[in-house]
Amino acid sequence: MLGTVIFLIIFPFVCAGVLALMRKSGPYRKCTLFVFCAVIAAVDIYFIVNSLVFDETQEYLLETHLLDNVMLFLEWALFVLIAYFSIRYKKYYCILLSLLQTGLITYLELTGQTESHIAHLYVDKLTLVMCLVVGLIGCLICVYAMGYMKDFKAHHSEFRDRRSFFFSMLFLFMGAMFGLIFSNNMIWMYFFWEITSVCSFLLIGYNQSREAVDNSFRALWMNLLGGLGFAVAIYYCVTQLGMVNLQQLIDMGSAVVFPVIFLAFAGLTKSAQLPFSGWLLGAMVAPTPTSALLHSATMVKAGVYLLIRLAPAMCDTLAGLMVTTVGGFTFFIASMLAISQSDGKKVLAYSTVSNLGLIAACAGVGRYEAVWAGILLMMFHAVSKSLMFLTVGAVENSLGSRNIEDMHGLIVKLPSLTAILVIGIAGMFLAPFGMLISKWAALKAYVDTQSILLVIFLIFGSATTLFYWTKWLGSLVSVHHHSERLENITKGSEWFALISLSVMMVALCLTFPVVSSYLIEPFLQELFHTEAVSVISSGNVLIMLMMIFMIVLLPVLVHFLTLGKKNKIVISYMGGANTGDDRSFVNSTGDAKRMYLANWYMESWFGEKKLWKPSIVLSAAAIIILLVMVIGGVA
Amino acid sequence: MSWILAIGFLVLAPLLGGLLEGADRVLCARMQGRQGPPLLQPFYDMFKLIQKQSVVVNNVQDVLVCGFLIFVVFAGLLFFWGGDILLVFFALTLAEIFFIMSSCSANSPYSSMGAQRELLQNMAYEPMILLTAIGFYLAANTFNVNEIAVASVPAIVYLPGIFIGYVFILVIKFRKSPFDLSTSHHAHQEMVRGLTTELSGNVLAIVSLAEWYENILLISILGLFFLNGTLWSVLAAVLGCGIAYFVVVLADNVFPRVKWDAMIKSTWIVTLVAGGINLMIMELLTR
Amino acid sequence: MKVSKSPWMLHYDGSSCNGCDIEVLACTMPRYDVERFGVINTGNPKHADILLITGGINAQNKPVVEQIYSQMPQPKVVVAVGICACNGGVFKDCYNILGGVDTVLPVDIYVPGCAAKPEAIIDGVIQAVALLDEKRKSVREDKKEAGQ
Repeated sequence: MLGTVIFLIIFPFVCAGVLALMRKSGPYRKCTLFVFCAVIAAVDIYFIVNSLVFDETQEYLLETHLLDNVMLFLEWALFVLIAYFSIRYKKYYCILLSLLQTGLITYLELTGQTESHIAHLYVDKLTLVMCLVVGLIGCLICVYAMGYMKDFKAHHSEFRDRRSFFFSMLFLFMGAMFGLIFSNNMIWMYFFWEITSVCSFLLIGYNQSREAVDNSFRALWMNLLGGLGFAVAIYYCVTQLGMVNLQQLIDMGSAVVFPVIFLAFAGLTKSAQLPFSGWLLGAMVAPTPTSALLHSATMVKAGVYLLIRLAPAMCDTLAGLMVTTVGGFTFFIASMLAISQSDGKKVLAYSTVSNLGLIAACAGVGRYEAVWAGILLMMFHAVSKSLMFLTVGAVENSLGSRNIEDMHGLIVKLPSLTAILVIGIAGMFLAPFGMLISKWAALKAYVDTQSILLVIFLIFGSATTLFYWTKWLGSLVSVHHHSERLENITKGSEWFALISLSVMMVALCLTFPVVSSYLIEPFLQELFHTEAVSVISSGNVLIMLMMIFMIVLLPVLVHFLTLGKKNKIVISYMGGANTGDDRSFVNSTGDAKRMYLANWYMESWFGEKKLWKPSIVLSAAAIIILLVMVIGGVA
Repeated sequence: MSWILAIGFLVLAPLLGGLLEGADRVLCARMQGRQGPPLLQPFYDMFKLIQKQSVVVNNVQDVLVCGFLIFVVFAGLLFFWGGDILLVFFALTLAEIFFIMSSCSANSPYSSMGAQRELLQNMAYEPMILLTAIGFYLAANTFNVNEIAVASVPAIVYLPGIFIGYVFILVIKFRKSPFDLSTSHHAHQEMVRGLTTELSGNVLAIVSLAEWYENILLISILGLFFLNGTLWSVLAAVLGCGIAYFVVVLADNVFPRVKWDAMIKSTWIVTLVAGGINLMIMELLTR
Repeated sequence: MKVSKSPWMLHYDGSSCNGCDIEVLACTMPRYDVERFGVINTGNPKHADILLITGGINAQNKPVVEQIYSQMPQPKVVVAVGICACNGGVFKDCYNILGGVDTVLPVDIYVPGCAAKPEAIIDGVIQAVALLDEKRKSVREDKKEAGQ
């Protein structure tokens, strides 16, 4: 088993190296990439199944002195890389941030205080959940990227073709994520944490346009700030508590707040919570697979993964208060901001920020039910969000736009992609599908823990979430007469990824009780040392399954009831001035005027101009106050 | 018992819903100094609609409208069967989304505008709906309707604020002025018929049937506030629902239609003030 | 159940002087209250059974009237209210007037008057309602024949 774990961490790095060297595009590279993905996915599944059969928490003790030195060396290499780019683009503050944290860790390493003989690698059920997310979804995104980048290059000839670099970065990312989720030693974790920060920086800056560079540096400094928090937490743990083991820290429960709140701070930056949401929104400038990877399988999931790990230690502490307040607030504000956006990817970005807020809040509550909801939410979010991003990317390639306004009547233009989009959207917010189950559990957990503020955030946030998704759904299904079907240029590899993800989405909706009882509940029982608590009763699960079948049966039923067969199709009502094609009307001068139906965005209420600054100030204030309280209380 | 209630709902709700609308129309007319239609008028309308030819603008509309009906009925069955009240509300939201999608699919100016406004109404009342479920949970310590209904103390004792908030959003749900933005029972609105503009004949009949079911369900949820398992509480529930409905009809005849921003602002403020404060007091009591 | 129990009406103002329109609206007010007969003023052709037109037809509103009529589901009746709607009235010889409503649509009931009195309008509507039932029957018979 140890071999498998090491293979999962090392192999993506090897793949990255190989792909970086394959400069020429062609079937050769394509096959190599597919083989790599298949191998990773296969080993990943083998590992998960094996671990489930083995069914015990696995810890691996490794003689790691050499490895530690290698990591230290690589950390300095990362620093040099950051320094190089910072000087090249004149963003010197990044050097300072990077130097501070790398220096801090180096000091600890060189003074030999971090020597410990504990398990460096650790595998429990949460790790397996993350393996599912990172391995399977990550690989599907890579497969999709192969076909997508070809069209991207064709559409954006103004950017330099750096695809080999791009693919190698995707794999590097996966490797770092595997490293992160298997690590138990916080210094190792920190090392992989830094790799993901730098990788995302490089991926966001892929286009090398002015905007891309600016946004990539924004991502860099925010994540470096989080990294600094991580380093401070490690420093405290090593010097005050004499340990570098994450599990040990968690076992201490709410006794130590100082390191926990700094780790939680790192988690919040990585999961793009307010006031650090800017970097994830800026990440949209990169090609779609990047967004999909950052938003679903990796990066932001690293943040919430850390928060969920810390959950028991945050229960009823200032750290928990910080995470729940910021998370709940972010959930509400980001969902309001999503209303005012018409760019499909931006809506998705805000929805990610918003959902991550909910997951963070669940982790911050730190109780059985809440963490259960958080983990389930994370899984559903990973699948549906990657599906959404990839489909929007495919739509963009075929339609030439990713604006929701341009997606009016997509059901006629691109029916198959629309069907997948509808599955994705339904999975994001609708009863009885995915996310709603977890939202429901979260609501219960918040009420049970008497967190009124969170309840208020959740109910209002649910309402705004409902608005922006249904708006999109409505645009997709509006039937335009006389509109041409567009040529669907989605490639085989893209279809493979899309269909696999849709199947995963549906399968997860149908089988989530199984996933819960085999993966999530054992993890939670071990974590909280309690008996199994069923969060959603089996009766209700059955009722929800019934609802799913009713939705599936609906069109069939209507078809057989012959309802609507006798309907006469007429033109739509436009005060009698319809020109006859449902697209234009006769205006006052007697000419045909094209009709245009827009969605509501309500900029004056939910616009970025109105909400962004106050919410940044409020959330930053909350974080600063709580951090100061903890520092002051400890010092 | 629970199955009898559920089947009773399935059979009787259309009758009661129709009568309720008939009574509503008579009451409205009397408030305006008119004689008004016969009490059974909604049934005459329904039978006429079924008999008439249906004209539609596409073939997806009727499928989606059927989804609306099915999930409203499903939500109602779940409620009367004694299921989870949160799930009842989720099913109701799903039904509403089917309806909105059917209007969007028509791609006609009036029905699209109606759909956007309906969506906005949804956003306005959704927090209060969820808060109502949470209130019941705090009062009876369960989400299950059959247990809430036989709680020793009726929920209204604990939840006066949430009751007020719920009656407030009923004005939106019943499509009454001042919040009848998306479609209205009265003619002469700026959006023709809003949501239902492009529906006719039996498809429109399905919509009004679904609305009857929905209205009975919503008013039953209102009744749940008064129940504690005794016969007296059932009488109190009927009386309470009657008074609340009268207030809603009165508001319909007294207030002019407001703009969307006034609607969302007032609804959210009522939710926060009436619902939020009630919630806080409940939390303090149960702590 | 008879269609006549629930006649929903659509009021269209052709090139009327608004005299008849005011009388039509007066019918829905407390003094006359046509809702007694279940009449609703829908304002939407897709819901309407009765198309009630005031004023004559001119070149500009001809296609509009035709389109609205075509959007109404069967069975449907047309009521021309006021002398202008019946045959053009005092505007008959104007350069832009084509004539009464019957120049473009099959009118079932003519309600003369300038302006038509509310009593006359209600009477016309009631007659139209009776006609609806007959049309309903004939639509059914047509269907039966088509079925055989």
